[in-house]
Amino acid sequence: MSLHTLTVAELAAGLAARRFSSLDLALHFLGRIERLAPELNAFVTVTADRALADARAADERLGRGEGGPLTGVPVAHKDIFCTDGILTTCASKMLSNFVAPYDATVVERWRAAGMVLLGKTNMDEFAMGSSNETSFYGPVRNPWDRARVPGGSSGGSAAAVAACLAPAATGTDTGGSIRQPAALTNLTGLKPTYGRVSRYGMIAFASSLDQGGVLTRSAEDAALLLGAMAGFDRRDSTSVDAPVPDYVAELGQPLKGVRVGVIREFFDQGLEPGVGKLVRDAIEALRLQGATVREVSLPALPLSVPTYYVVAPAECSSNLSRFDGVRFGHRCDSPRDLLDLYKRSRGEGFGDEVKRRIMTGTYVLSAGYYDAYYLKAQKVRQLIAADFERAFAEVDVVIGPTAPTPAFELGAKTSDPITMYLNDIYTIGANLAGLPAISIPCGFVQEAGKDLPVGLQLIGPHFSESRLLAVSHQYQQLTDWHRRVPNGYE
Amino acid sequence: MSLTRPQVEAIAHLARLEITEAQMPVYVDSLSRIIDFVEQLSAADTGGVEPMAHPLADQVQRLRADQVAETDQHEKYQQNAPAVAAGLYLVPKVIE
Repeated sequence: MSLHTLTVAELAAGLAARRFSSLDLALHFLGRIERLAPELNAFVTVTADRALADARAADERLGRGEGGPLTGVPVAHKDIFCTDGILTTCASKMLSNFVAPYDATVVERWRAAGMVLLGKTNMDEFAMGSSNETSFYGPVRNPWDRARVPGGSSGGSAAAVAACLAPAATGTDTGGSIRQPAALTNLTGLKPTYGRVSRYGMIAFASSLDQGGVLTRSAEDAALLLGAMAGFDRRDSTSVDAPVPDYVAELGQPLKGVRVGVIREFFDQGLEPGVGKLVRDAIEALRLQGATVREVSLPALPLSVPTYYVVAPAECSSNLSRFDGVRFGHRCDSPRDLLDLYKRSRGEGFGDEVKRRIMTGTYVLSAGYYDAYYLKAQKVRQLIAADFERAFAEVDVVIGPTAPTPAFELGAKTSDPITMYLNDIYTIGANLAGLPAISIPCGFVQEAGKDLPVGLQLIGPHFSESRLLAVSHQYQQLTDWHRRVPNGYE
Repeated sequence: MSLTRPQVEAIAHLARLEITEAQMPVYVDSLSRIIDFVEQLSAADTGGVEPMAHPLADQVQRLRADQVAETDQHEKYQQNAPAVAAGLYLVPKVIE
């Protein structure tokens, strides 16, 4: 097996046993990035010098016997996380000149653990998109078929890990932006409970929904990396002050007796039959291992997409008001006056989808419309959360597909925003209710001669990451879908 | 069209976004579609339902003591500013 197809756990074991050095790994992955990243457009910035310096420092630390379990492992960060002294663009023209003056907490914690920074990955502009086609730096391509999208918004992270250009990468998930690209590229993608991972230094989109997480080759890797990023942070006012469990130690929890609820509403029209079949097969595999399976109904869940497209744009319109052409970011040439400076800097700096969402949010919050849209959506959001709560009184996890279809072709859904928004029909509910959720590979469908990955989604009660990871890990002991690598990237 | 062009122009102004003449009809169309789409929420029965303010029901906003906790790093932060002088951010003249 080559270095680049190994999991983080395997790389960590190899480093500990001195089978290779961190510098070996950094050089190997940087070489692959140089050769293969351009055809995928997976990175905005490759931090080669930094990676080599990090790797040398990690090797010294390991040599002194002071390394931790992740010291020397190379990773990539989504370009939404601030990295001190390194360009941090959020894939927007607005921030195309922004050198972050500090590290995000997630970046800082992984750095302290001795992980090596390979680069910053491409994404949908300000994380607004489901196909990675809204990036100022151009679309990312899916390594399983480069004519297709990798999903979004963490599409660069997904493509980079799927193509074995990095062993793991961070993502952020506001409406499915970790899980949907993970599903479309055959990765494990974990969105933790709201508040589990600090949002400090993670450029804000919709603050009541945003949560950082990971895209990895296995549930075990997700457990390892979540442990190194989660936990209380006084600099994030919604960070939850609760102990972080040893997620790796809890991976061994057996499937026997786990109560699994199959979400009826996730198998309605709109789900591609081939995807549905693979998801049902995976659920049957869990049942055969001793999980008890029953159907659950969450009747308000079909309203999650319209609810989201009120709440998220509302929060985005507020968050993105900070980009004013004054303190950082793009400024237009020769502004006539202050108003002209604001309007043209923002008009030029933001792409179409970002402007569309800012305006949607401005409208639903404006005088006379607030009650009809924003307040109404926050009430429906309560109904959706209550549906989940009722289900979790009877089952330990709920389960269904991650996305209604496998990866689609570039340009296929860009003409109508609603068509694009409906990609996230199964993922948004977890964000609205603040729940942890994971997508894991469960097989492939064939389209136009290509194998396209399909994801299985598990959603649990607040702070049930251990359970989600353990069920996923047990499933990955039975199957090897997650170890498949796309042709040309082995 | 649920939104008119004057309405979209007013929204763009409130949002401080310059929209080009060529793009305006595109936004009128796509924003109308989005508003029509979210309109389906009005059919939901939300009588007696409290609007959700936080995804974790038992969380309260944490407060800290009103004490200086950060050091002055304005020079570092202002390296990202389009125009500064003497530690101040420069903007076009606001008061004649």
